[in-house]
Amino acid sequence: MADLRITPQEILLPVKPAFIAITLVAALLMNLLPWSGYGLWIKPDFVALVVLYWCIEQPRKIGFLAAWLLGLIMDVADGTLFGQHALAYTILAYAGIVLNRRVRMFSITPQVLHVIPLLLLNDLIVLAIRALGGAGFPGLQYFIGSFVGGALWPLISASFKLPQRPKPDPDHA
Amino acid sequence: MEHSPPPFFKTGPTPLARLLIFSALSVALLVADSLLGYLAPLRYAAAVLIYPLQRIAAAPAEIARRIGEFFVTSSSLRAENARLSAENLANSAQQGQLKALQAENAQLRELIGARARMNVKVLAADILYAARDPFSRKIVVDKGQQNGVQAGQAVVDDRGVVGQVTRVYPWLAEVTLITDKGQFVPVQNLRNGLRAVLAGTGNDGSLELRFIPLNADFQSGDRLATSGIDGVYPPGLPVAEVSNVERNAAQLFARITCTPLAGVARHNQLLVVVGQPDVPPRPAEDVKSPRPRKSRKG
Repeated sequence: MADLRITPQEILLPVKPAFIAITLVAALLMNLLPWSGYGLWIKPDFVALVVLYWCIEQPRKIGFLAAWLLGLIMDVADGTLFGQHALAYTILAYAGIVLNRRVRMFSITPQVLHVIPLLLLNDLIVLAIRALGGAGFPGLQYFIGSFVGGALWPLISASFKLPQRPKPDPDHA
Repeated sequence: MEHSPPPFFKTGPTPLARLLIFSALSVALLVADSLLGYLAPLRYAAAVLIYPLQRIAAAPAEIARRIGEFFVTSSSLRAENARLSAENLANSAQQGQLKALQAENAQLRELIGARARMNVKVLAADILYAARDPFSRKIVVDKGQQNGVQAGQAVVDDRGVVGQVTRVYPWLAEVTLITDKGQFVPVQNLRNGLRAVLAGTGNDGSLELRFIPLNADFQSGDRLATSGIDGVYPPGLPVAEVSNVERNAAQLFARITCTPLAGVARHNQLLVVVGQPDVPPRPAEDVKSPRPRKSRKG
């Protein structure tokens, strides 16, 4: 059986707000890259992923307002209906904030199992809004991106914590 | 806020309350945008704000393309040059013919008193990216209002019609491809002049002609060009080729699928047809218009 024991919590330095802003802008840039063809199908929604990460890790620093505004920006960039991504990201932020203590107790593999359904939920909300607007079902490959996003979670989780690791003190080497 | 304890008493609204507030805001925006269309200025402002980000995101692909162009071998360049000059020769012969025909056509139209056809003016635009929306077929090009692009203008490439400008920002424009579900192009069969409306299906590389009677003369291989009766697309631009005709007597209409001639995936340059077609003004609607009488004399 997989090791699902609670991991010891690390003591980390407080996260800098500028770092959160940089990661969010970077996620936005990743979403805006000129993806095409198969890349478009496997591309996860980077903004959703990073918003979810910060809502789980720092629910007091990042929350609904940031998620909602980023959703509006995505709506403009994609030329979709205003409020479509905003609604999806808001609900994603709620899920992250409500579940943050629970998710953080788990080690990285079970965390991925929490993240994938949340990203799928995000996709489903967008799908529902588009269906109300009369769009057809784009095919099951539409959901691939969420699984890719789940696969990226360990990478994001490890790299985003790097600036928070305390530096080794040369006096106590 | 460095390592401060969480606030115990002033926590603000609960997450559920915030969820409801922001969801309600989003739904309000959705309704305002889709049903009422109030949000165009807001979208415009937001588009200006994120324009630098869009340009930065498009830069890597552009740089990669430039580097790719730099490492072209001279033999391939020479081959391309030979091909282009051969094409140029053929085209210039045709061009001369076209000029003569145009002059003749203009003269004939003048003789019968028909309106002059518009002179098509085009503007070259680079594709910045294909919109990342799997539900619609849209691309974003790097020419906008500042360059004279307006919503409704047709977009073509070297082979045929690509789509139509649907939203304009100061420096960008959104082009909806003809394959988008809900995009319609009035066309004419070049073989026999039959007019029809070509509709997008939402899938890449497939269009369909709707509401065509079973006995209508459409065959696979027929070329379709814009008919120009809509006042949006200039007449005579090639659009699609009929790929399959299915006639089932159990159904009212024939199923005619077509493949678009233009392809967005192939190149990154498109032409926006800037000149508006010269359409006669819409006739004023008379309240008491006399019913047209068929003349029985003669």
